[in-house]
Amino acid sequence: MKTLSGATVSEVKFSELEKKVKRENWRRIWFRFKKSKLSVIGLSMILILLFMAVFAEYVAPYPSHAGLYIAFKNAYKPPSIEHILGTDMYGRDVFSRIIFGFRYAFMMIGLVLSIVVPTGVILGLIAGYYRGTFIETVIVRLSDIFISLPPLVLALSIASILEPNIFNSMLAVSLMWWPWYVKLTYSMTVSLRNEPFILAAESQGASTLHILFRELLPIELGTILTKVTLDAGWVILIGAAISFVGLGAQPPTPDLGTMVSEYSKYLPEYWWMSLGPAAGIVLIILAFNLLGDGVRDVFAGE
Amino acid sequence: MTAENVTTSTRLQNILSNYYVRKILLSIVTLFGISILIFTIARVLPGDPARLALGPRAPEDVVEQYRKLLRLDQPIYIQYFYWLLDVFNGRFGLSLVTFRDVLTDIVEFLPATVELIIFTLIIDVIGAFSLGVISGRKPNSMIDNAVRIFAYAGIAIPSFVWAIILQLVLANWLDILPAYGRLSLGIEVNRITGLITVDSLLSGNLVAFADAITHLIIPSLSLAIGCIAQEARILRANLIENINKDYILNMYAHGIPSSIIFFKYALKPSMIPTVTIMTLDMASMLGNAFLVELIFNWPGLSRYGITAMLRKDLNAIVGVVLVIGLAYTIASIIIDLLVSYLDPRVRYKR
Amino acid sequence: MLLEINDLHVYYKSYWYILKVLNGVWLRVDKGERVGIIGESGSGKTTLLKSILKILPQNGIIPRGEIRYDGKNILKLGDNELTKIRRKEIGIIFQDPMAALNPVFTIKEQLYDIIKHKMMIEGHNPSSKELHEQAVKILNDVRLPDPERVLKSYPFQLSGGMRQRVMIAMALISAEKLLLADEPTTNLDVTIQDQILKLIHKLVTEKNLSTILVSHALGMVYQMTDRVFVLYAGDIMEEAGTNELFNHPKHPYTQLLISSTPRLSSVGVGEGIKGKIPDYRNPPPGCRFAPRCPYVMDKCINMKPGKIQVNRDHVVSCYLYD
Repeated sequence: MKTLSGATVSEVKFSELEKKVKRENWRRIWFRFKKSKLSVIGLSMILILLFMAVFAEYVAPYPSHAGLYIAFKNAYKPPSIEHILGTDMYGRDVFSRIIFGFRYAFMMIGLVLSIVVPTGVILGLIAGYYRGTFIETVIVRLSDIFISLPPLVLALSIASILEPNIFNSMLAVSLMWWPWYVKLTYSMTVSLRNEPFILAAESQGASTLHILFRELLPIELGTILTKVTLDAGWVILIGAAISFVGLGAQPPTPDLGTMVSEYSKYLPEYWWMSLGPAAGIVLIILAFNLLGDGVRDVFAGE
Repeated sequence: MTAENVTTSTRLQNILSNYYVRKILLSIVTLFGISILIFTIARVLPGDPARLALGPRAPEDVVEQYRKLLRLDQPIYIQYFYWLLDVFNGRFGLSLVTFRDVLTDIVEFLPATVELIIFTLIIDVIGAFSLGVISGRKPNSMIDNAVRIFAYAGIAIPSFVWAIILQLVLANWLDILPAYGRLSLGIEVNRITGLITVDSLLSGNLVAFADAITHLIIPSLSLAIGCIAQEARILRANLIENINKDYILNMYAHGIPSSIIFFKYALKPSMIPTVTIMTLDMASMLGNAFLVELIFNWPGLSRYGITAMLRKDLNAIVGVVLVIGLAYTIASIIIDLLVSYLDPRVRYKR
Repeated sequence: MLLEINDLHVYYKSYWYILKVLNGVWLRVDKGERVGIIGESGSGKTTLLKSILKILPQNGIIPRGEIRYDGKNILKLGDNELTKIRRKEIGIIFQDPMAALNPVFTIKEQLYDIIKHKMMIEGHNPSSKELHEQAVKILNDVRLPDPERVLKSYPFQLSGGMRQRVMIAMALISAEKLLLADEPTTNLDVTIQDQILKLIHKLVTEKNLSTILVSHALGMVYQMTDRVFVLYAGDIMEEAGTNELFNHPKHPYTQLLISSTPRLSSVGVGEGIKGKIPDYRNPPPGCRFAPRCPYVMDKCINMKPGKIQVNRDHVVSCYLYD
């Protein structure tokens, strides 16, 4: 009885210990992250912008100005106390529209990354694991073709063949983006493929799924996460570029890129109209860049 | 006879094993891949390209004619086969924007883009290296901090926003540079190469040359700033890292003057990652050129491409994308050559 | 006395903390004397050598101490005098020749620059023919076969032994009085280690150079030096003539270090002392060896022991001999 209870106790202790180690890992990561002021600033900026995006109806001073709304007597007003970023050609409050623009921006980031990251990572893992087979050749060559064009050119040309609306521009960005995650995951997997611990797991009869997602993925996760945060800003950039050209969301959708494009026709007299949404785009990209640098430093040190 | 055959075949093998030959062959294959890709996406996705191209108000018989012209009534591989046949015969198909063959359009519009990109590259290289070196020479000094803040701004502000800001400030408010186009009204240059700066010099027209340069500055600057920021940041980081390496300390230990150490022994290895990243920057330059040419009404290939995209002009889109793809491939090969010139380890491995 | 170091402190600043690596080190080297410094990896040996030439990395600072070379404090020397010392009086062999040779320049480019600047300080601006002759001569001196090919090569094209010979050649150009050798054989194959060692020994004897040999290979130090300093975690623990030190080690650390080496005659690595080198961010306030010392006493923990002369040629820093 004594031995029996002893065994159970030690087992419990072991799993607790494991949990504790994991907790400490996260604590250490958070600690290291906190030390970099810029990344904390980036994270807070993102949280504030996200809050504004989610509660746009309550945060925006004139929520009804987001879409179609016309008040010509208020049109072309420069920044003032009532309209801190001025009004546009229909008399809509530019600041309110920007806040709704954040909503589309975060939607874009969320949707694109949630399509692109799993697709790219899974294909990359498979291509790297089945090195030297037909599967590898197909996946890698196909990604190479996508990567051999400048990303923005590819995204624009895909968007151009689709109906111009916001979901199709997200689709275009996603179609262009996945090969970059394939490349990243593939190269990491190839270099890890013949490590002793992978070979050992294989010889013990671990399933392919187990090796891909339990052995390989956790090691690669840090690098992938770093790329995700650094990429979030670029998603906005490419999305805004598509909208700016007129191949994405159409007016009166309060998409930031669309707004810059629409309002740039009123330059240089009514400059505040374009510069407001442009500044919105810059804020989001900057926030994710700051955060991404911090995340990279955290994982680079691991 | 057989001996001769053997030497020819080994020579062929040698040529094929050359890194650059392989790379060029691979990129030709890739370009075909791109054409298939764009072609397929255009045909597979929902919607009728002919209807989309001609608009909802075009009469059905015209649309039907256009459908025949594009061979949309036939299976996709047949369409592609005929398109490929045309390409080998020097025809890219009819453009809906200009009603000429797409290749004619490309020949007309390409030089303006080439001129813009080359001028951008010049600004980029000068800017990136001077800022990177200034900043890396005295880390954490006032000037270094200024460069670092600029680098953040440069990376976070997209090209088209720079274009709007610079146009507003330099052209509209300060009125020191022209806001649109390649040349001022009333100035004309005979087309020889299509690059106005070169043509004006060839015909001895210095006024036109100066005018062309002033028109180039804002568009090039808006394209270059992001790349300058990126490259300056990488150069700075590498300089700061390398200056503490043993091979640098060894030079200090021998009393070599610090200017030689910095500009020769630290700068060259630090340049390698900076030049490597230029492939990516070249890609963003070529992409952003589409927006910048639109903003500055620059009569180049990219603006032509945007017009084609907005009109769903399939032949023109595929043509432009292929040319940009080719240009990007050539640029990345040149950058590869530069890297291998700088880095003997890469040179001997290839 | 050629070189005398007193109370040398060296810190490395990082963004978040300060590493207090050297903690009041002393050292002396007579003319023609061959001195060894032994200790585990990470005890600050490389830092000590680098501070002698004032070539610490940019985050290194020297808050206190003096390095007297030929009667002058190197730390307070003007640029011209320091350059003269670096170009023609003191030479250094780095630990890893692969890291100490610039990967993107040929041996020729690097060697020519070093020879040229040395000749320039002698008031002579050499022609490229003279440079070539000198370079070939110096490569012959270190027994490198086919110097012409070596000159044209990049570091990565040479074998480890050849790179180390190039490194020694470079050091010898500048070392007319003092040669600093930082673990010159650590990164080499065992067979080549011996050759390199003999080469250094021969060159040093021929030119009658004073030498500081840093190593954790005790056998090598035993063979090649006249006097030994024991460095642990940035503190000198013991100083004695080589024979005296190896036969009658006083400091507990030295005793453990020597006894943990399998056979003194072989090139062994000191290992097997319990514990680790302390964290330099927050080092022990007293004797830095106290946390690992089997004879630790209360006062060891709070106050650093001073130099204690146990006999004419034997100094130890330990309360056991107070």
